[in-house]
Amino acid sequence: MTYKIVASQCTSCSACEAECPNVAISEKNGTFVINPKKCTECIGYFDVPQCVAVCPVDNTCIIDTSYPRYQPSA
Amino acid sequence: MDDSRSFDAYDSEPAPAQLDDIMQKIAEHKGCGTSGGSGKASCGSGAGAGDMPAEIWEKVKNHPCYSEEAHHHYARMHVAVAPACNIQCNYCNRKYDCANESRPGVVSEKLTPEQAAKKVLAVASAIPQMTVLGIAGPGDPLANPGKTFKTFELISEAAPDIKLCLSTNGLALPDHVETIKKFNVDHVTITINMTDPDIGAEIYPWVFWKHKRVTGKEAAKILTDRQLQGLEMLTANGILCKVNSVMIPGVNDDHLVTVNREVKSRGAFLHNIMPLISSPEHGTVFGLNGQRGPSAQELKALQDSCEGEMNMMRHCRQCRADAVGLLGEDRSAEFTTDKIMEMEVNYDLSARQAYQEKVEEERLAKVAARNAELESLAGENADLKILVAVATKGSGRINEHFGHATEFQIYELSSDGAKFVGHRRVDLYCQGGYGEDDALETVIRAINDCTAVFVAKIGHCPKDDLIKAGIDPVDQYAYEFIEQSAISYFKDYLARVKSGEITHVTRGDADIRQGAYVPVNA
Repeated sequence: MTYKIVASQCTSCSACEAECPNVAISEKNGTFVINPKKCTECIGYFDVPQCVAVCPVDNTCIIDTSYPRYQPSA
Repeated sequence: MDDSRSFDAYDSEPAPAQLDDIMQKIAEHKGCGTSGGSGKASCGSGAGAGDMPAEIWEKVKNHPCYSEEAHHHYARMHVAVAPACNIQCNYCNRKYDCANESRPGVVSEKLTPEQAAKKVLAVASAIPQMTVLGIAGPGDPLANPGKTFKTFELISEAAPDIKLCLSTNGLALPDHVETIKKFNVDHVTITINMTDPDIGAEIYPWVFWKHKRVTGKEAAKILTDRQLQGLEMLTANGILCKVNSVMIPGVNDDHLVTVNREVKSRGAFLHNIMPLISSPEHGTVFGLNGQRGPSAQELKALQDSCEGEMNMMRHCRQCRADAVGLLGEDRSAEFTTDKIMEMEVNYDLSARQAYQEKVEEERLAKVAARNAELESLAGENADLKILVAVATKGSGRINEHFGHATEFQIYELSSDGAKFVGHRRVDLYCQGGYGEDDALETVIRAINDCTAVFVAKIGHCPKDDLIKAGIDPVDQYAYEFIEQSAISYFKDYLARVKSGEITHVTRGDADIRQGAYVPVNA
């Protein structure tokens, strides 16, 4: 799985961009998006996903279940 | 080039010819309007220092946000390079921009540091009295340290005469004190609304701290500890600190007296208590749950009760995070990114300095006139105090028509002289369901605690209505200095009360207008 940003909710405040340990977040067409190939759900870095923890709007950074669970390489 | 502020064509106040020449020269090589604001001048050295230590006065005398006296003469601008925030405030809704630092947080467009630097040069070339560049969000500058300090770096190289300042919630402040020193930022504003975590929990739903979202009292405790630590570190390093507080009736209003004492003991040199802005349409927690803002007299009473502890700031306009120009005016619409990128900027330091020297001359003249008038008041020992409203566009003169005023400056007159105590916005009268017919009524409500209103000119109808409301419309001091005129009016008022010609009546309370400053031509 990976996290995604609900575009209609995103205020484009950019708080998440700097906190992402994987540099997976960037601005696109006025809102922020998460590159699913880079997102690790913060596993191995922090207790909680940083985008979720810093986002000022609830339910904006959410799980995208269309991707398989992230597997940290051994 | 495109100067939409056409009403400036009506300006008829006499500006010194030399000043106009300089403005003309400056205007010629950078295609951008130079009207608005003020072709008038003034600003001054030692004058207006009050009880401030000399070395602090030296630093703030030309800073419009720090010196009430300077704000008549010098301009500031904000650049919106810092969108991210690391705390949540109940008076702020980030969906509609941030509501604290400058209705706070409202911006039209975000800038990159490079765009910001070009904008600063363009504005400084067009507005020679622009002396201060601030970064105040729309988020928190120190939650965006890369963008914030890159901007400072670019500007300090290109325009070394411009003072840098930043406004922060303080959470990340202790981590950045060294960098703030390195870039020679000598003015920092910290928003401190409480030192008691129980009260903080009612204002801040969460803070983002050490990679976690922390809530409740714990969050407020972290925030207040970091704010006070940051304040101590800055003042220990000789960096001037102002503290902003939002007055939230029933939440922190009584507590702000304690906050005032705490920040003063840690070296803050100025305290700015601002009224809460909380209209339901802003969608903030406070706006939605019906938390009201203070009335004009409640705000003044709290400011008065903190005075004596330290200097209180009373001329704050809670401006936008991309505001440009004198306090109370907003020329940001003239300097949008599109327009700036097309401008050919020729930053001429000597032209700016020449203009500012003229400003200083007029500023000294203003103070001399005030002092002379004050001397003639000596010996009067009445307990009487009255408030008067003044229509002004800057430079410390009564130079605005009643009908053109978007705000009135309020002075308290007593046998001690004229003291600036605040301003009242009247710009949003067409919004919120009021029609044009009610405009005058809303103006009267905004200055209802005043005995008189000083204007450059006023029509017959509003004159009659003001008199009916018990407010004396005064136009005989048109284009004169404000303080000198106010003292002269007060002497006359005292004489008329003594002779029995008029009876002194205590006036009522007044409204504080909600919402952001919206330029008429935006």
